[in-house]
Amino acid sequence: MDIFLQLTVSGLSTGMIYALAAAGFVVIYKASDVINFAQGDLLLLGTYLIFFGVAQVGLPWSLGVGVTLLLAVVVALAVERLVLRPLVGEPIISMIMVTIGLSSVLRGVTGALWGPNPRSFDSFLPAGDIALGPVTLSAARVLSIPIALAVLAGLGLFFRHTRDGIAMRAIADDQQAALSMGISIPRVFGVAWGLAAVSAALGGIMLAGIVGVSPNVASIGLRVFPVVILGGLDSIGGAVIGGAVIGLLEVYVGFYVGHGLNLVVPYVVLVLMLMVRPYGLFGKEVIERV
Amino acid sequence: MSLDCGVFHTRYESDMGLRPRPLQRLRLGIFALFALVFPFVASPYWLDLANQVAIATVGAIGLNILVGYTGQISLGQGAFMAIGAYTAGLLTLNFGVPWGASVFAACLVTAAAGAFFGLPSLRLKGLYLAIATLAAQEIVEWGMTHWTAVTGGTEAIVLPAPVLFGVRMNTNFSFYWLAVLTAAGTALFAANLMRSRIGRAFEAVRDQDIAASVIGVDVFRTKLLAFATSSFFVGLAGAMIAFHRNIITWERFTLSTSIVFLAMIIVGGLGSIRGSFLGAALITLLPALITNLGRAIQDTAPQAASILPYAQQAVFGIVIILFLIFEPRGLSKLWENAKNYFHVWPFAYRRGESRAR
Repeated sequence: MDIFLQLTVSGLSTGMIYALAAAGFVVIYKASDVINFAQGDLLLLGTYLIFFGVAQVGLPWSLGVGVTLLLAVVVALAVERLVLRPLVGEPIISMIMVTIGLSSVLRGVTGALWGPNPRSFDSFLPAGDIALGPVTLSAARVLSIPIALAVLAGLGLFFRHTRDGIAMRAIADDQQAALSMGISIPRVFGVAWGLAAVSAALGGIMLAGIVGVSPNVASIGLRVFPVVILGGLDSIGGAVIGGAVIGLLEVYVGFYVGHGLNLVVPYVVLVLMLMVRPYGLFGKEVIERV
Repeated sequence: MSLDCGVFHTRYESDMGLRPRPLQRLRLGIFALFALVFPFVASPYWLDLANQVAIATVGAIGLNILVGYTGQISLGQGAFMAIGAYTAGLLTLNFGVPWGASVFAACLVTAAAGAFFGLPSLRLKGLYLAIATLAAQEIVEWGMTHWTAVTGGTEAIVLPAPVLFGVRMNTNFSFYWLAVLTAAGTALFAANLMRSRIGRAFEAVRDQDIAASVIGVDVFRTKLLAFATSSFFVGLAGAMIAFHRNIITWERFTLSTSIVFLAMIIVGGLGSIRGSFLGAALITLLPALITNLGRAIQDTAPQAASILPYAQQAVFGIVIILFLIFEPRGLSKLWENAKNYFHVWPFAYRRGESRAR
């Protein structure tokens, strides 16, 4: 039972980081129909920026987080303006390949700047353990769950109540109608990429606190796909549920079944989901069929 | 088939010919001559690169049949190459099948696997198909590294060198002939396939699948056929990789392999045989060029060596992005532009460009 609880907490905290990455993915997909293969690399960028700010420059934590978010947004806006904007309306293969190219560039640049070795530094998340009845849990992991949920809730509220959020939903619904209502599509695309960068950078910051800084962080980018297909490509709530399910599934399968099956089980879920409900648990039920 | 300005066909043979114009034949002749002389003058290093380009060309043509001609996005290239490589290698190693037969069997097995993974294309389109093939890639990759009893897990499999006409193909020089002939055969087959009813059905499905079904193309069958045909050549490329180095390791067939091959056909030109070759050549030679460049400046900038792999990765990404933004039709289109410019030089007429009035 103790182990089960520990696994659950660790699965949920991993799952919430998946959810943060997936939420950024969903925001971009919702606004601009772009499949972002570079989402994991935005996460990677977040971990290295916070490492740079706090451990290398020596900024205090609050300032470090602010600077990280700011730089991540600047990078995302530049990417949107320089790389994605010229390709609006191109076929889907171009969109996929351009974000793959972007991912390669980001990986190359972060690798050249910070090298291949994992780094660690003092996290703002408490390092100790929390005793919860009979079980001890890593405090950093426990704390990361409410933080992530708060960020995701904020993102959800943004969509529901702010002007830009509503504009984004309008564009997702019908781009032409949104245009004719005076919504500026370039602005909304920019906001979407900025939000995705913030969400990914926050995930990266927490990841830096939990597992440290290493180039392997980018591999989370691929875990985003099972999460978003499970939850629905255009649903933030779906990203949270999908992230939790995939995170838990991984640790449970890894512990109770073993054989490295935890590496492949998210993709098996993905394939099953595509067969049964391609639009996911909470996605809009629109899918092109042939 | 587009018609060339100032070219008049007076016989059916020339109308049907793949390269009817004298200049086209001359260029092909020069290229063939170059390919013949190359192995005698090139250093082993360049010969090895040439072999890699030839193998990559086979794989890129295979992928282009699926992605460029039929419009079905696949991120599972690495997995299909793995199926080809492991089938060929294990048949030869465990059952003593002659290498030629095992390579052919590998192609057929990969074609069958391709058709199987193509089944979701009945329901899924565009990005959903891309994500489904991504999952297929991850699942095959996992099987490759964890199904130890069959694949040997993460251990490398060592194969005997293939023997052709009593010559052991264990040097780059002897393998070169095999690789180049296979690549040329693949290109010829693909070029002819695309002029046939089947090839046109592929393109019809890509351009507008509903319209294609209206004019009598069985869309689902065509898609499956495209997956199978494409995978046949992809499997061939995988088997050739296995016999080129006489070793099979799982690292050569990961998702990054899929991405590298997609980059080849994007940079070379989607839906173009010539583009498949040009893209395969550029993407294969690019890391080598960067390495050489890094070695050249090593004395003045000693830290260059440590960032070399990252520079390769970044440049790879930048090349993809630049091509997508500035020339989405790739190197093939650039070559065409150059040709058209000189075709009626010094006049400024260019084929394919509509002009005002």
